[in-house]
Amino acid sequence: MSAALLEVTNLSKRFGGFVALDGVSLSVAKGQRVGLIGPNGSGKSTLVNCICGTLHNEAGSVHFEGEALDGMVAHERTHRGVARSFQLPRPFVTLTVADNLRVPLLYTAHVRRGGHLTVAEANDRCAELLGLVGLADKGQKSPKELTQIEMRKLELARAMAAEPKLLIADEAMAGLSQSEVNDIVALLINLNERGITIILIEHIMRAVMSFSQRLVVLVSGKKIADGDPQEVVQHPEVVGAYLGQ
Amino acid sequence: MFELFLNACIAGILLGGFYAAVTIGVSISFGILDIVNIAHPAFIILGSYIAYIININFGVDPILVSILVLPLFYALGASVYQLYYVSFEKYGQEALRGLAFFFGLLFITEVLLILVFGVDYRYVNAPYIDTTFHYSFMDLPLRMVIPCVISLILLVALQLFLTRTFLGRAIMAVAQDQLALQLMAADPIRIKRIAFGISIATAAIAGAFLIVIQPVEPSIGRDYIGRIFAICVLGGLQSLPGMLIGAMLLGIIESITATFYGPSWAPAVSFGLLLLTLAIKPAGLMGR
Amino acid sequence: MRSPVFFLVCAAVGIAVFIFGKVLNNDYFFFAGYTVLQYVVLATGWNILGGYTGYVNFGSAAFFAIGAYSSVVLHKTIPLPIPVLVLIAAVISGVIGLGMGYLTLRLRGSFFAIATLALAVVLQTLVVNWDFVGGSRGAYIIRPNTVPIIGSYIEYLFLIMLALAVIALTVARVIERSRLGYGFATIRDDELAAEACGVPTLRLKLIATTLSGALMGMAGAPFPYYIGYLQPSSAFGLEYAVNSIAMPMIGGTTSWAGPLIGAVLLGTLQQLATVTISSAVNLLIVGLLLTGFVIIAPSGILGLVQKYWKGRDVGFVGRRRVSAGGS
Repeated sequence: MSAALLEVTNLSKRFGGFVALDGVSLSVAKGQRVGLIGPNGSGKSTLVNCICGTLHNEAGSVHFEGEALDGMVAHERTHRGVARSFQLPRPFVTLTVADNLRVPLLYTAHVRRGGHLTVAEANDRCAELLGLVGLADKGQKSPKELTQIEMRKLELARAMAAEPKLLIADEAMAGLSQSEVNDIVALLINLNERGITIILIEHIMRAVMSFSQRLVVLVSGKKIADGDPQEVVQHPEVVGAYLGQ
Repeated sequence: MFELFLNACIAGILLGGFYAAVTIGVSISFGILDIVNIAHPAFIILGSYIAYIININFGVDPILVSILVLPLFYALGASVYQLYYVSFEKYGQEALRGLAFFFGLLFITEVLLILVFGVDYRYVNAPYIDTTFHYSFMDLPLRMVIPCVISLILLVALQLFLTRTFLGRAIMAVAQDQLALQLMAADPIRIKRIAFGISIATAAIAGAFLIVIQPVEPSIGRDYIGRIFAICVLGGLQSLPGMLIGAMLLGIIESITATFYGPSWAPAVSFGLLLLTLAIKPAGLMGR
Repeated sequence: MRSPVFFLVCAAVGIAVFIFGKVLNNDYFFFAGYTVLQYVVLATGWNILGGYTGYVNFGSAAFFAIGAYSSVVLHKTIPLPIPVLVLIAAVISGVIGLGMGYLTLRLRGSFFAIATLALAVVLQTLVVNWDFVGGSRGAYIIRPNTVPIIGSYIEYLFLIMLALAVIALTVARVIERSRLGYGFATIRDDELAAEACGVPTLRLKLIATTLSGALMGMAGAPFPYYIGYLQPSSAFGLEYAVNSIAMPMIGGTTSWAGPLIGAVLLGTLQQLATVTISSAVNLLIVGLLLTGFVIIAPSGILGLVQKYWKGRDVGFVGRRRVSAGGS
């Protein structure tokens, strides 16, 4: 069994009186494809934010490759190989689409690779990533000219540009057509086969089921199920949580 | 010596009451609406000059004048917010441009006042301005007591408004959850406009207080920027009681500094306190 | 155009302007020109923090005054040539910029802006109460009438400010086209996303405040020699705060050219207005222009040009070349 890449232990986070995460523990092995589902407001994005350093958890810890991430600012975690896409796309609006991808290439990829990219290498990599997500002809456009769906693809490509060991995709497929969903799932599985561990947060069950080797369910800040996808979806608590919506 | 200290404290408390009136507008615009209106002192000075004109020409009590022009200032505030919203907030450009906008307003107001009134100090006439009550060693100048008392009444009234009325609670809510507000069939933009209008209306009254307490000239406003934001930050941005405590604290510290070290250090007190608080505990005394 | 070439082109233009002034044989040209060039440096310096990273500094006057007063202090202790004073001023204001940044840059942009205002007032109060530099009474600087080779003293000062302007513009342009420039832009656009992409936002912001502070301090260093008599009210004057914000915002904040355009246009306008109308009206015009542009043409003159000439989206920087290696 491979050693745990990401070890989340007893993570808790409150916003004033509201408990967003209540003692969540999660262990992700290297190379796994993990699906994370849960009703709206269950704490999925909060969990991602705490893992990535965008938010600070009050209790519990996050370990990545055995190293404690607590206290590390977001960019330091990205340098160590944790990348994420945002649920609501946050492109850099005064840069071109291609330049959006250049940012992680300039600021993270060199840490991950051990050396800076040349201008030519960066250009190639931008083009490659744009092609992978289907934005090949949009490189010189402003993000303001993209559709919502194209912005989600840009989000994903930007996370990929950081050359992560662990990629957390936060609802990257909302609003996509069936074939587009299939494309993204295939893309993610491809990335996974190249060695990237992926946590997929999604509402589109079809995508989650076809993608995940393991399924985790979060309800009201607590983890209520964690295991084989087929077994988890038949778990009475999970059924109750979704049917009860 | 002790009497000097005590008098300084009393003066500071009275001053704090006044500072609270000065700051309450920004507690609303910055604390609740998250709009950095650094031009607020400009509106206060405007209020001072309006009180001055009417007082000098018609002999009306300045504080009364300010109450009469409340609707005017409310309308002014609502218009300014509308302009701000249409130009910046709608597009998420508040950060740089909104600040520059208010800075421009502050500047324009000050220069216009200089052009119209000149740089001489102006003061008003009212029966209580030169009266001071003396109790044993304590000095209670009426020109400070009356603004302080009215300010406290104003604060209580606003606190009740914000916590007990539907409109008031809608205003508090708009800071936290615009979507929920929309679902309750209240237009967040209209709510914010009303709140900002109220914020500027308080400036009218604060302006009257100012010219009662001391003579006024156009550039005084700038000293108050530091005081206002120091109090807001000290008191925590969304707590009116906290703001009052912050105002009193600042008033006392300034008063003691002025009494024992001289008035030329006064500006540094508020701004220095602000810097310190921002550096150490930006959430303020009551937290945010 | 590569950066060394840009530097030489700027220097050439500058020398041409100087020669033009010499031919004109009118000292007023140099007096007015000095002020305009001073604003070029001030506006460019401000823009590195305000325009590139989006953190508004209301206390530009403080850094300008730090430069001016460090010159006064040195003048009273060890006489040094002005270029050395400029360097020292750059270091001192850079360090203070760094310190201020360290205290306040972890806060939101709006808190930072307020803190810069606070810093300006605190510094002014300290200077007013500091007798060594003359306090509120001010300090006299006696300067020579002529300088060998160059000519009159004002021509010497003009040349120095010219050099500083060329340096400032080159620094701004180098930053813009480098990895640092990308980092700054991401901070301006979305700091959270920037962090997620691996941009060390705090470190970059500190670099920006230090550079910005240093440039603005440099603009102030020769000022006591220009004016002869330095008072806190003139060193900390409101016109510096307003102009260092108005000029980049009117010219355009996303590029080195914006502050230059803004400074030349607004600076010249003000020189004319002060002479013909009055300095109060002059400041009113600046305030109105600032507010007007911020509302109507937020991307400044540069943005308008880009919009109508190239048909691009307003405020959009477009392609950049990135130099290999880090910065």
